[in-house]
Amino acid sequence: MEKLKNAEELVLAENRDRLLQAKVQRRSFLKYAGAGLAGIAVVAVGCDKGDNPDVISLGEDDTRILNYAYALEQLEAAFYIKVIDSTSNGLSADEVALFTSIRDHEIAHREFFKNALGKMAIKSLDVDFSSINFSSRDSIIDTAKAFEDLGVSAYNGAGRLIKNPDYLLLAGKIVSVEARHAALIRDLKSNGTFADSTIINAQGLDTSMSPEQVLAIAQKYLKTEIRF
Amino acid sequence: MNLYSIIEEIEKVDADVYERLSPRRNALKSFTSFGSKVAMAAIPLALGSVFKKAYGQTTSLSKVLDVFQFALTLEYLEADFYDKALNLNPLLVPSGAPRGAITTIYNHEAAHVKFLQDTIKQLGSTPGSKPVFNYIRNFPDVFTNYDTFLAVSQAFEDTGVRAYKGQAGNLMGFSAADVLTPALNIHSVEARHASHIRQMRKARGAAVKPWITGNDTGGIGAAVQAIYNGEDLDTQAGVKITGINGMSISSAAATEAFDEPLTKEQVLAIVTPFIA
Repeated sequence: MEKLKNAEELVLAENRDRLLQAKVQRRSFLKYAGAGLAGIAVVAVGCDKGDNPDVISLGEDDTRILNYAYALEQLEAAFYIKVIDSTSNGLSADEVALFTSIRDHEIAHREFFKNALGKMAIKSLDVDFSSINFSSRDSIIDTAKAFEDLGVSAYNGAGRLIKNPDYLLLAGKIVSVEARHAALIRDLKSNGTFADSTIINAQGLDTSMSPEQVLAIAQKYLKTEIRF
Repeated sequence: MNLYSIIEEIEKVDADVYERLSPRRNALKSFTSFGSKVAMAAIPLALGSVFKKAYGQTTSLSKVLDVFQFALTLEYLEADFYDKALNLNPLLVPSGAPRGAITTIYNHEAAHVKFLQDTIKQLGSTPGSKPVFNYIRNFPDVFTNYDTFLAVSQAFEDTGVRAYKGQAGNLMGFSAADVLTPALNIHSVEARHASHIRQMRKARGAAVKPWITGNDTGGIGAAVQAIYNGEDLDTQAGVKITGINGMSISSAAATEAFDEPLTKEQVLAIVTPFIA
């Protein structure tokens, strides 16, 4: 039927536009077009073959999302570890205690993803904190704020990409903790800004960003290049 | 390309596609007005593919509406609670930073009410009306004792986080619109609220952190224990978090690192005593 074929084309065109925007590789596109199922052979996660060995791909489907979360948790954990290890960080004793807890939460998140991913886990990333002054409370707080807001936005934006409801629940368990962190850090910078209009819109909604948007920001702090 | 005849043909193949949306004329209006700034506020959901058969839809319109009606009830409760706290007894919340914070939180809850009402309408249904609430029969001095007020605030915010978290799965795989992302974007705001309220209580001497440790109520006590039960998990998806991979992660940190969901039934058991 002529008209029905037009409708199918409309769907595929919609999909294609969305996929092209997301820069999905050909193998994944075929999957979306119905040529394969989620169980097809997964690309070896790790080095992008033929390219710079310090560029990694995250895999496919939910593996890709979990590795994306793992990457961000690696970044956050590395940052807070360095903050606590820096003896002249300028934080008060109470703040050190709070940051130590946050550090431990991020390590817990990081190791959880590492274990959950098993063989599919990406490697430990090389970070680049050269733009951060670990002797300055202001620099630490500003960076922490940026990381936590980014983490919330990343998890909020990744939810719709997850296929397995168990993984969605796990992401949900983590994002609210990141939001608690974010609120605290914002209040340490300026009390009362835990959920101000720089992050919450007129409908009372937090931000959500695509993985591409998040990684573009996170890449500044990573020597390893991540390809979503 | 004739959009109208394509829509007609789709209806022949997928007869209830428009039952899942407002009547056809409104659905087309949503299509054509989407993206214009004026329309955005009244059409909160980004419309995705209306062609259910293109994807395996894993939820249903009725499940999605259930979630939003449930969330709306919780937001009515919170908005009403903060409205009363600010206006019934103007001396309750100290002026300055405390009043500023509670006003911020109230404004968000009121915005959530409107957002959920608009969302439910966009999905073709009628938002439930606001119940009458009674807080004093459960906490007689909630609007005369500032610490009681902060304790109940903490309880409501932490409940809200757990409630939304428990419903996320019901919003997955809805092909007509992305209903999950807006819910996640509200869920994290409630967590920000909870964090700040806990800091306010800590500033007044409560033994409490911005996050939930074990099933600790943060010094409030038995009246709110149901809200914190189940938060003491230290294993996630079969992975033990305490001391994971040889790291010095205490069981306190392990339980703090993950917030836990509540089922709708558990939340209603907590909230129903406040409905008059």
